[in-house]
Amino acid sequence: MRIGVVTFPGSLDDRDAGRAIRLAGGEPVALWHGDHDLQGVEGIVLPGGFSYGDYLRAGAIAARSPIMTEVVDAANRGLPVLGICNGFQMLTEAHLLPGGLIRNEKGSFVCRDQTLRVESSSTQWTSAFTEGEEIVIPLKNGEGGFIADTETVARLEGEGRVAFRYLGYNPNGSVRDIAGIANERGNVVGLMPHPEHAVEPGFGPDTRAAMRSGVDGLRIFRSALEGVLAA
Amino acid sequence: MPETSLQAPIPVVDTVERAGQTPEREQPYAALGLKPDEYAQIREILGRRPTSGELAMYSVMWSEHCSYKSSKVWLRQFGQKVSDEMRERLMVGIGENAGVVDVGEGWAVTFKIESHNHPSYIEPFQGAATGVGGIVRDIISMGARPVAVMDALRFGAIDDPDTARVVHGVVGGISFYGNCLGLPNIGGETVFDSVYQANPLVNALAVGVLRHEDLHLANARGVGNKVVLFGARTGGDGIGGASILASDTFSAGGPTKRPAVQVGDPFAEKVLIECCLELYRGDLVEGIQDLGAAGISCATSELASNGDGGMAIDLDKVLLRDPSLTAEEILMSESQERMMAVVAPEKLAGFLAVTEKWDVETSVLGEVTDTGRLVITWRGETIVDVDPRTVAVDGPVYERPIAYPSWIDALNADGAERLPRPTDGAELRDQLVRLVASPNLADKGWITDQYDRYVLGNTALGFPDDAGMIRVDEESGLGFAVATDANGRFCHLDPYRGAQLALAEAYRNVAVTGAVPAAVSDCLNFGSPENPEVMWQFSKAVEGLADGCLELGIPVTGGNVSFYNQTGDQPIHPTPVVGVLGIIQDVAARVPSGWQDEGHNLYLLGTTALELDGSAWAGTIHEHLGGRPPVVDLGGEKRLAELLHAAAGESLLSSAHDLADGGLAQAVAEASLRFGVGARLWLGELCERDGIDGATALFSESTGRVLVSVPRDEDVRFLGLCAGRGYPALRIGVTDGAPDADPALEVQDLFTLPLAELRAASAETLPRYFA
Repeated sequence: MRIGVVTFPGSLDDRDAGRAIRLAGGEPVALWHGDHDLQGVEGIVLPGGFSYGDYLRAGAIAARSPIMTEVVDAANRGLPVLGICNGFQMLTEAHLLPGGLIRNEKGSFVCRDQTLRVESSSTQWTSAFTEGEEIVIPLKNGEGGFIADTETVARLEGEGRVAFRYLGYNPNGSVRDIAGIANERGNVVGLMPHPEHAVEPGFGPDTRAAMRSGVDGLRIFRSALEGVLAA
Repeated sequence: MPETSLQAPIPVVDTVERAGQTPEREQPYAALGLKPDEYAQIREILGRRPTSGELAMYSVMWSEHCSYKSSKVWLRQFGQKVSDEMRERLMVGIGENAGVVDVGEGWAVTFKIESHNHPSYIEPFQGAATGVGGIVRDIISMGARPVAVMDALRFGAIDDPDTARVVHGVVGGISFYGNCLGLPNIGGETVFDSVYQANPLVNALAVGVLRHEDLHLANARGVGNKVVLFGARTGGDGIGGASILASDTFSAGGPTKRPAVQVGDPFAEKVLIECCLELYRGDLVEGIQDLGAAGISCATSELASNGDGGMAIDLDKVLLRDPSLTAEEILMSESQERMMAVVAPEKLAGFLAVTEKWDVETSVLGEVTDTGRLVITWRGETIVDVDPRTVAVDGPVYERPIAYPSWIDALNADGAERLPRPTDGAELRDQLVRLVASPNLADKGWITDQYDRYVLGNTALGFPDDAGMIRVDEESGLGFAVATDANGRFCHLDPYRGAQLALAEAYRNVAVTGAVPAAVSDCLNFGSPENPEVMWQFSKAVEGLADGCLELGIPVTGGNVSFYNQTGDQPIHPTPVVGVLGIIQDVAARVPSGWQDEGHNLYLLGTTALELDGSAWAGTIHEHLGGRPPVVDLGGEKRLAELLHAAAGESLLSSAHDLADGGLAQAVAEASLRFGVGARLWLGELCERDGIDGATALFSESTGRVLVSVPRDEDVRFLGLCAGRGYPALRIGVTDGAPDADPALEVQDLFTLPLAELRAASAETLPRYFA
């Protein structure tokens, strides 16, 4: 199954996202921001990075790239779309997800192994988890504070669209410790932590069993792969 | 009102022709940093006075920073003290943008460390940011993909009111630039000492990987090939920045130098990296030279010198951010994120298609010639006509006077053995906690948590392990490890031995991971070369390093010299920062710096002597600096590294931690805090075997020592390995106390220290001053 990874000028974790898809059993397909061609992929990842140097607002310029027309169409058709960090910022700028991401509460960039609680297993990117499960995913961002108006937050909570929540420590001041959210249909998910950095033993976060052996991120990619295969 | 007064005056261009006609015209060579005899030398080379454009070029290229005029005579040793063993893996040595080492399987690694000290004091954020940017462009110019960065930082006293300004700026700048560039930051070091108060050291190291066949050297060969400038536009920032700033001393009453600091745009550099790599892949360039210190002056004269010798450049073709710049300013500008390529005419269209794809602005400035002259025209007139080698290669060389420091004998005589050493457990415990909490030994998480260590997905080790490690080949697991070290206190006491101690420590830090040390890059930070005592320190440090590398059998592949690190007459401690790079066949076999399991035996490799002179203990507990630094035995270090490599290869080690600053006490503390598992130690046998007291056992900084943990069922094989290689190993404890069982560090008969208390002491220091 083919999953596209879009590279924008300033994308940084595009190769990592491709590796994660491969390790999860899929076939990564490199997509270019300037094209109007999704090459028939069955899922899309908008990777992390600093597209356009975060100029204007993080993700704002990338959200208006040529390929985003096709990404928005595909998302509206129900194709699984995952936005990681800068990709999450693009999804909010493209209005595929509500709310926005602002500068971390403490002002500085933060990189840490972050514990999350999976709040919903009914999205296309979390179906391989059990609700309430605790996972560790690396987080690294400067503008990761999720905000939305009270009504939107209430709706996200009420409709079970908060996909991930920070546990133990809120690293960026996100409202209600929200780390990731989904759209109504559950096919579009955005999150600030980087699941593609927890997919391969030896290169992920430390666990009690062995250093850098955490692979909790793998199941986020597997969720979408298994969902597509089942459909 | 006459119409002309509304327009800017048209500057009179100082052409080669005019220079010939007005030989006596006074020129501001002194303000540009040239000495009278250097100016006279330029006139002699040219047979006339230089044009203002030529003067600009010579002044930046003959600056200390670009020409190495005071250090050259000493640096030659790195090329002379070389054995066959050292040449074995060396693909590119000193003199190119960065050294290149063969790491096997058709892969090569290039790495280099460079200073950005002076800009980082004036404007810490931009100074540090562009330091990262500059070293990364050196890596790209070799044809390599940059894969990691690390930083060696020195700041003033942690409690000085100005230190927080510099720390916030420098750390923020590195974080801003490195993170946005998508390069994992995998280690480095941070030291606080009042000697760096008005002169912080910001040394940035970058590593790149490439296939052997992708190696490129920056030179302008092939008459008729195009010379192309691409990347950011040229602006008025950083005019003479690195070259001028790093070539003089800060004086309190001097004019502000802020405009000479460059401004960085990491997004532009990230795009430039991808663009350059695509150009290399498509075989569309003969060579690419980065623009760093001295900008276009440096790139054109170096490319021409390293190639066919001639180049014709039309300066009007340079794309400008500020159209009012003069020709001299364009030649000297150090605007960041620019590269210069040499492109065959038939490949130009393909070249331009790639730069267009990445939205990188490009301009063809001229071409390679066989005239042996670098000729630059501006507004239709010739403003530069020089032999490029006289600018870039054959600059002045000084044999600066050296003098044995008048103060050093008295300093060496004042050893730490006179300082009281505690014997009772409570006092030893108290001193251990003070050491662990001291600024130089405390947890640096407040800094390193601001850096992305995950990007690219190949980080096998990073902070807080002893070295950083990156996987090079995803199939085979081939990788490299890299560590930087320096101890200015030791070098102040004895620069020869101090430099070797830095080398030995970086070497050991690479070895404990299981990697085999293979190459060295150094950044030599010193005071003014015009001070004979500083020049003595420099000569001794270089000699120590060159001798040390010869003995260890690993070559110096490149680096950088930074002089004039002083405020007024007060030089910094001599601080040669040594980066060692090692190779590991499979990163899966790497060894962490702390233990994760209970019940493993703890062994101390090496022997301990009363060596507290210059130690962290003497500095922290007694504010003392005197005596002679620890003895270095490089033959022993080599045997130790071989032992560690063998043990790691047979998976006998669950952890290995180098002993350096803070001695055994600090190593045990860090190794147990790494995964939160405690330990029980007994020092009796150690004290008896080595004839030392408890305080010496805990705090001495004797070299050649490593603390390892060994699973019990590997005990016999491990001890057999040590015995076979004749390296002393003594069991001094056992790991004990899981993270959820209130683990502690227990030193039998002396004290017990809960890890929670230890962690708090270590972790709270930096946030107290900076958060």
